[in-house]
Amino acid sequence: MTAHQTIRWVIKPTVFVTALVPAAVLLNRLVSGNLGADPLGEITNTTGLWTLRFVSVTLAITPVRRLTGWNAAIRFRRMIGLFAFFYGSLHLAVFVVADRLAALGFPDPFAWRTMHDLAASIGNEVFNRPYITVGFTSWLLMAALAVTSPASMIRRLGGKRWRAVHRTVYVAAVAGVVHYWWSVKADVRAPRAYAGVITALLAFRLVVWMLPRVRPSRASVSPAATMLPVQSLRRGSSR
Amino acid sequence: MLIRRPSDIPSSEITEKNVYLHRREFLRTIAGTALATTAGTLFTEPLLRAQQPAPHGRKLTTRPSRLSTDERPNSWDHITTFNNFYEFGTEVHEPAIHARDFKPEPWSVTIEGECAKTGRLNLEDVLRGETLEDRIYRHRCVEAWSMVIPWVGFPLSRLIAKCEPTSKAKFVVMTTLYDPTRMPGQKVPVVPWPYVEGLRMDEAMHPLTILAVGLYGEVLPNQNGAPLRLVVPWKYGFKSVKSIVKVAFVEREPINTWKRVASNEYGFYANVNPAVDHPRWSQATERRLPSLFKTRKTLPFNGYGDQVAGMYAGMDPKRLY
Repeated sequence: MTAHQTIRWVIKPTVFVTALVPAAVLLNRLVSGNLGADPLGEITNTTGLWTLRFVSVTLAITPVRRLTGWNAAIRFRRMIGLFAFFYGSLHLAVFVVADRLAALGFPDPFAWRTMHDLAASIGNEVFNRPYITVGFTSWLLMAALAVTSPASMIRRLGGKRWRAVHRTVYVAAVAGVVHYWWSVKADVRAPRAYAGVITALLAFRLVVWMLPRVRPSRASVSPAATMLPVQSLRRGSSR
Repeated sequence: MLIRRPSDIPSSEITEKNVYLHRREFLRTIAGTALATTAGTLFTEPLLRAQQPAPHGRKLTTRPSRLSTDERPNSWDHITTFNNFYEFGTEVHEPAIHARDFKPEPWSVTIEGECAKTGRLNLEDVLRGETLEDRIYRHRCVEAWSMVIPWVGFPLSRLIAKCEPTSKAKFVVMTTLYDPTRMPGQKVPVVPWPYVEGLRMDEAMHPLTILAVGLYGEVLPNQNGAPLRLVVPWKYGFKSVKSIVKVAFVEREPINTWKRVASNEYGFYANVNPAVDHPRWSQATERRLPSLFKTRKTLPFNGYGDQVAGMYAGMDPKRLY
């Protein structure tokens, strides 16, 4: 097997299955009644934290690649980014169903009235509670990035524009941390830790951007090593 | 005396049972540690939960109360492993772990302020002459969850009567122990320590307001505020200050801890009020633990309106949060 094949047929599937472990553990705890006294709080916290962790790993790919020269890392970025969206979507779905739909008393899910009331109820939370406003914004941005993640979308948008669009991941990451920070009551130690990680990862980009010398010359990034799906991305991928 | 040993069991047998319980706990800890090391931090939480002790068997003599609800109480396990008690950690599962070695005895309560009988009362003196009652109350947290808890306690009014407050005593202020060596959560300044809460005099004298010393007919577990805590069932849980070491009578409305931390989110009255949202979430509904869903309609004054609403006649309901 070539290195390319090993990544495609062995490492990538392994990473995929590993990324599902937190969801599997949570599901197992749910069905076995092992989520403690407050299952909703536990599921909400756990899915939210895993969203931030996957966002952090996604943002760490480029620094790792630059610092170690291990260019194949780029091949995991989309998958891990999509897992961030996956856990973020679980987090949001739990809020929509167990909090908002439950507060309406679980009306007929197929009635037009239900959709209307649910939308009004979610809208009310999104517009009136700043921590939900930023959290929902973060999810919307991740959704846009997920939709534009296939290779066909890179082709359609063009590499340059696609990269510009996908830089909004920085905004989504910051909004995610702010959402976490504003959601805690008094103890901000954990949100501060995540803020530190995200800040460091974003600062890396800032440093690279401000000091052009740090940026590796194009020649040093072998196109073969990056194995990007699209020709246009092989040039000047400087994120 | 508080602790009644069942007469049909010889003391030797009780000792054996304790040793036996310790052994199990020890084995669980060893097994838990080994597994946790293997599984990594991901899986430790359920293991730590699994280590929580069963009811300890230190029984109290109690009698039922007509003020109890007939709703089904939450399990011992849920009540003792899901606690907002920042003195032992800010995450709800932490107090059960970090309060395990806390020694709530000997214990005394300092009485001060606008009253005739200032000074220090040993816990035994606080309890002298009191008939302990089972008070099964709804408990509504400001974070929109609720439980039904079978407390054991006696009316706060009984202690207040012993202190003989003067006419200047308009409010009662109660303070939690401050001792970072025994309460490790206090090593971190997440809120200004010590924790302080207060009640207006009529609220404090209300028959529903109790000092709790027990749970499920047994001595109060440390993580629930041992040995002496307040319970005010029509107010959000944070009003019910735990591990009380000081009772002071004052003339002016005190600033309670959470109001000091965030006055836009937590008030002094903190009466359960579905009409006034917390800035970050709706208070209209709640999740009755262990339910997964926030379906239950929150009742004004947590369903105790018939008994307590009169105290707030004429007050702006917007203030009652």
